[in-house]
Amino acid sequence: MSADSIVVDGVTKNFTLRYHRSIKDITVAKMKGRAVSNTFKALDDITFTIKQGESVGLMGLNGSGKSTLLKLISGVMRPDQGVVKTRGQIAGLIATGAGFHPQLSGRENIFLNAAIYGLSAEETAEIYDDVVKFAELGDHLNSPVGNYSSGQYSRLGFSVAVHIDSDIFLADEVLAVGDKPFKKKCMEKMEEIRDSGRTVVYVSHAAGSVKRMCDRVICLEKGRLVFDGDVDEGIEYLHYGEDDAKGSAKLKSLEAADSALGAEV
Amino acid sequence: MATGVDERPVRIVDAPLAPPAENLGLLSVFKRRYLLKLLVQREISGRYSNSILGVFWSYINPLTQFCVYWLFMGKIMGADKGMDNYPVHLFAGLVIVHFFTETFGAGTRSLLGNKGLLKKMAMPKEMFPVASMLVSLYHLVPATLILVVVCVLSGWKPSWETVPSFLLALGIVMALGTALALVFSLANVFFRDFGSAVNILTNYIRFGVPMMYPFSMIEGFLGDKSWIYLLNPISEAVLLFQQAFWVGVTSDPEQTAAEHLPDHLWSWGLGAFGVSLVLLVIAQLVFSKYENKIPERLT
Repeated sequence: MSADSIVVDGVTKNFTLRYHRSIKDITVAKMKGRAVSNTFKALDDITFTIKQGESVGLMGLNGSGKSTLLKLISGVMRPDQGVVKTRGQIAGLIATGAGFHPQLSGRENIFLNAAIYGLSAEETAEIYDDVVKFAELGDHLNSPVGNYSSGQYSRLGFSVAVHIDSDIFLADEVLAVGDKPFKKKCMEKMEEIRDSGRTVVYVSHAAGSVKRMCDRVICLEKGRLVFDGDVDEGIEYLHYGEDDAKGSAKLKSLEAADSALGAEV
Repeated sequence: MATGVDERPVRIVDAPLAPPAENLGLLSVFKRRYLLKLLVQREISGRYSNSILGVFWSYINPLTQFCVYWLFMGKIMGADKGMDNYPVHLFAGLVIVHFFTETFGAGTRSLLGNKGLLKKMAMPKEMFPVASMLVSLYHLVPATLILVVVCVLSGWKPSWETVPSFLLALGIVMALGTALALVFSLANVFFRDFGSAVNILTNYIRFGVPMMYPFSMIEGFLGDKSWIYLLNPISEAVLLFQQAFWVGVTSDPEQTAAEHLPDHLWSWGLGAFGVSLVLLVIAQLVFSKYENKIPERLT
């Protein structure tokens, strides 16, 4: 049995939905007896453990807390209650884009991004050519990323993330904006990452690609963990197959999963 | 179908199970100097991006202030009466005060200005206020060179006190500026009011230090209670700058120091540095307490 890679224990995260920002607003709200702010539980007492080398699909409707959970695992946010623990280097994308600086060129952003992951200048130089080749951005690499299309933006982010020698790879709807050939390439790269024994957490609405990538599914619903187990059962649980008539017919074979990838990932 | 987890090789990770992105505050910032260097480079190129005059704004700003203060405060209001070489007194003060106000202002905006990174990537958030301070320090270099040239042209006689005074003044402003940048950048994320408040505070600072007028004027006004004026660490930093530069360009430096600088300036300066360091520690504690909420409040 391999070691624990990600431990999430009793994690709760509250968000404030709306603030009355000015003194005037606060006074009016107090006088009318309304709440000054109201919070909701984005994540409610989530507990699970992922072993090193597991590939886990994180599924659920929009707003169910998937991205928040990924932010807690990556360390961007900290839980209000409970503990998140991880082992080793983490890399990945959160909500389609990486953290880039719009004024910097693609090239400079590669170095900055890699430095945030903890790479030195030499280590970045080693992976630089591969990152550039994978992203296929051509001359755009020298223009500010603020001018990039959303597709180009996530290409570059994905390319940096996959070339970091991480122990845990997080992928949050990474394939939502790329074009079909690039999606295919990303999927292959992620399978390569998975097959090298790294832990993968993959957020997607596409049942086909989850089935292809993952050997376990965790489902969230309104911030609660409602399912943790087998891939097929998880997809069944969410009724994804039934809701999406096109998808359910195709899910039966690997080729079907492939084309699902291009069509509606 | 996905290959089962048992069929794949398992990577052995030689690392402890720990909270992701553990943050030791300012210590983490100094551990990750390469990232800090990249952020400083980015800010240097980014602070005046899309402006034609670019980095010259860093000099135009103090230069125009110099002209206004020299004309109105010095000539018209008569603050320079009985003072030897008033322009150097004014300029030396401006250089160090501008270092402080630039650190304070840019530092306060630093977290909001980098929300693209902060919302997506895990890193010590203290990086940004510290980087702002270092960029301001970088802008201080040419201003100091100009100051030295002006001093030399005015017949400067540096003493043994010049370099230590200069360094102590920098130390005070670096520590205090970073402390304020940490707290105000954090507060600015929660309430944008703090960004506006900084501008007001900056104005008070310009008038609240011995830059446009000599310290002797305050002594004449407050008498025995002049120590109140010296509770502001920026006053000590400015006085140390006067000791480093201005005193040496007057006709009788010893007489000038006795007349226009407070007694025991070294003790006051070291005290101010100590207080600034204590404030920096407090600022770090406050920052660590609330930084948790930063990503969700950056909208």
